[in-house]
Amino acid sequence: MTLVIGAFTIGFILSLLSMGVWISFRIMRFCDITVDGSITLGASVAAVMLIHGWSPWPATLAATLAGGASGFATGVLHTRFKIQQLLAGILVMTALYSVNLRVMGRSNVPLSDVENIASPVAKILTRGSGGADSLSLLGWPVPVQDAAMLITVLILTVLVALLIRFFLVTHLGTALRATGENPQMVRAQGVNNQSMLVFGLVCSNALIGMAGALLAQYQGFADVQMGIGMMVWGLASIIIGEALVARCTPGFALCGAIMGTILFRLLVAIALRWGLNPNDLKLVTAVFVFAALVLPDGLKYFARKRFKEESHD
Amino acid sequence: MISIRNLKKTFFPDTPNEVKALRGIGLDIPEGCFTAVIGSNGSGKSTLLNAVAGTFFPDQGKILIDGQDITGWPEHRRARLIGRVFQNPFAGTAADMTIAENVVMAMRRGCRRGLGLALRPSVRDGIADRIRSLNMGLEDRLNNPIGTLSGGQRQALTLLMATWLRPRLLLLDEHTAALDPKSAAQVAELTLDIIRREKLTALMVTHSMQQAVQLPDHIIMMHKGQIVRQFGGQEKARVRVPDLLSAFDQLRRRDQLDETVAEIIRSQYR
Repeated sequence: MTLVIGAFTIGFILSLLSMGVWISFRIMRFCDITVDGSITLGASVAAVMLIHGWSPWPATLAATLAGGASGFATGVLHTRFKIQQLLAGILVMTALYSVNLRVMGRSNVPLSDVENIASPVAKILTRGSGGADSLSLLGWPVPVQDAAMLITVLILTVLVALLIRFFLVTHLGTALRATGENPQMVRAQGVNNQSMLVFGLVCSNALIGMAGALLAQYQGFADVQMGIGMMVWGLASIIIGEALVARCTPGFALCGAIMGTILFRLLVAIALRWGLNPNDLKLVTAVFVFAALVLPDGLKYFARKRFKEESHD
Repeated sequence: MISIRNLKKTFFPDTPNEVKALRGIGLDIPEGCFTAVIGSNGSGKSTLLNAVAGTFFPDQGKILIDGQDITGWPEHRRARLIGRVFQNPFAGTAADMTIAENVVMAMRRGCRRGLGLALRPSVRDGIADRIRSLNMGLEDRLNNPIGTLSGGQRQALTLLMATWLRPRLLLLDEHTAALDPKSAAQVAELTLDIIRREKLTALMVTHSMQQAVQLPDHIIMMHKGQIVRQFGGQEKARVRVPDLLSAFDQLRRRDQLDETVAEIIRSQYR
């Protein structure tokens, strides 16, 4: 049960990351690797603010803004200074490694005994359960802290997803979607496609910064290494999500991203329980993403080849 | 009124690939005049259109629309005054987005885009009404992705989008060249229809002599980055396809003459 609750909690937190990656990768069609740095930036900003006595909500908000700022940097490097997508992301990601160390002052900030974002819910739950440390869920004992965290991130993620969903069908959101698909058309309709791209990357990395802040509060620490491979995890989640739903409308795609992330976390949790070496996790994820990107075309290729061979005979 | 004054553009200057694409173009298009630009490949006609659209900035010269100097305006700012249809039917619309979403983009061409809901029911009805005028049955497919439409349908829709808000200038860049003959004729007819009804000022690049003779009020012939001939008014009304072809032939012969003369001179001075 703890395993499932943990997978769901991390799943909801990383759904914010997946939605961020979905915005940059699918909507803006920009392969943005800033993610690996901006999620850590979000985590470290939130962690440092929390241990300096700030309350969790302003800390999370600040982390969101910090994430947005890193997206802005990548966007400006690409649009103003004509640096290629990947390189712009890599430059910012690399720079953020030092920034994160500066922000935290060391490589790891533990967050024991500070309030976190789930504390208000935890108080309500404790009062509701008459002061007990754990609740009973379908007969399983669940620590109040964990339940509170799950409820908080569930509400937050659903709210953010709804917000994005409604933003994407506004005039501005429509222009944003068109920018990724056809910059020429967008310019001809009087929209500055470069500003739009920067704006999209800001939104994307803001979500990722928020995911970092929540992750740090859930794990109870921020670590300078925690962002490594996050972009690929986000991609894997999106790909699973797209397999689960048709990806035609923004609403479905967002649901898919959330469901995909949770399913992915569950799979990871099960694989680890079955004895997968945690060190191999990133290799397995990378291979999975590779396969998911290549297989559809590969299958078509083989089908064509066989068709040709048959028609030669 | 569109004025183009002494427009010059050289691509890859000071390299072996230097191309003098525009060598001092001067052109006035009066209000409500539909002008076609013809010319052989590499004559600079598409370059001229792109210069007006703002795809690049000219090295020299000015472009004015209704007396307003737009030479330094970026492409997206010019969109406030200019509607465009491209040669490639895929260039003017976003394929994965629905017909309605594409049109709603065009309804705000050059305007501020806020956080208002883009496709309110009333807006959707307005879109359906106007798309019905195309007689393509597209009004029932407003929620289909535009990628499911044929090239002709996409081009017709792009044309409708470019003129949804009345542009000061409509730019048509060989917009029927990539279509099959039947759709091409259909789109050409629609073009003339819209231009006449809305009394639009338009500049069209075309490869089709037939089209150049039938559609516009005025024809401009370009060669090597310069305007070499214009047919307007009475002369335009009389001009036929063979006349245009013979004008091209004359140009070609003059070019060949230049080559042979140069060859003779070269051999004498060697």
